[in-house]
Amino acid sequence: MRVTVRLFARLRDIAGAGELTRELPDGATARVLWDLLASEYAELGTYRDAVSAAVNAEYAKMNRRLADGDEVAFLPPVSGG
Amino acid sequence: MPCRLAAARVRSTISGGNDPCYTPKMSVSRFVVTSRPLHLDDVVRAVGEGGGAPPATAGAVTSFLGLVRRENLGKRVLRLEYESYEPLAVKAFERIAAEALERWPAVRLAVHHRLGALEVGEASVAIAAASPHRAEAFSACRYAIERVKQIAPIWKHEFFEGGHVWIEGALADPDDSAAREDAYRRACA
Repeated sequence: MRVTVRLFARLRDIAGAGELTRELPDGATARVLWDLLASEYAELGTYRDAVSAAVNAEYAKMNRRLADGDEVAFLPPVSGG
Repeated sequence: MPCRLAAARVRSTISGGNDPCYTPKMSVSRFVVTSRPLHLDDVVRAVGEGGGAPPATAGAVTSFLGLVRRENLGKRVLRLEYESYEPLAVKAFERIAAEALERWPAVRLAVHHRLGALEVGEASVAIAAASPHRAEAFSACRYAIERVKQIAPIWKHEFFEGGHVWIEGALADPDDSAAREDAYRRACA
């Protein structure tokens, strides 16, 4: 299956892009996708326990199973206000 | 707990919305992220029914304006650049308003957040809370800004003399009940 990845703030700076697409095995979770990205961009590894996810613009847990066509956003710690 | 007691005594009494001198303007959305400058008037009007005058049940509207500060952690700030995952940010504001309504029945919130480059002194966030009584309006307004800082998918990139850094605060988890309780405690302090 194919998913769209959205990255923000420092995560986007590390990857050099705010939007990516990746192929994943069926049944893959947001965590699997994150680990794939962290294997490509080593600096993302420092966010392993400091990242949260959203799938199709809804908050999601990292163990969320993904589906073909999903938009998966990874959120570094937030700082609005 | 004073907040709970106050919430239990909510009554609809004072009419703030039937002033014949009030001139309604175009309606304003309650939950907004925008690259345009923020105006306190807009959030105050947005807590009205249909984005017009405050609801007739409201006896109080409190508001909060967050500004870009000149100093942060001993550094002289030049500007902040905000970015957001916009569709989720609007949903986060809606969620915060629903949470506030659970705690303080009849409270109505509006949250507008600015994006893009902001100079020192500009408003980054504007919040208004309308309620039958002032206690709930003050508490809900404070609760809203605490929750925005905890869960809204918004990030500030701070440019200061000599460098720049992404500010990273809370891990955005709306189901973290400890964080939510912390916001509630601050709101009722």
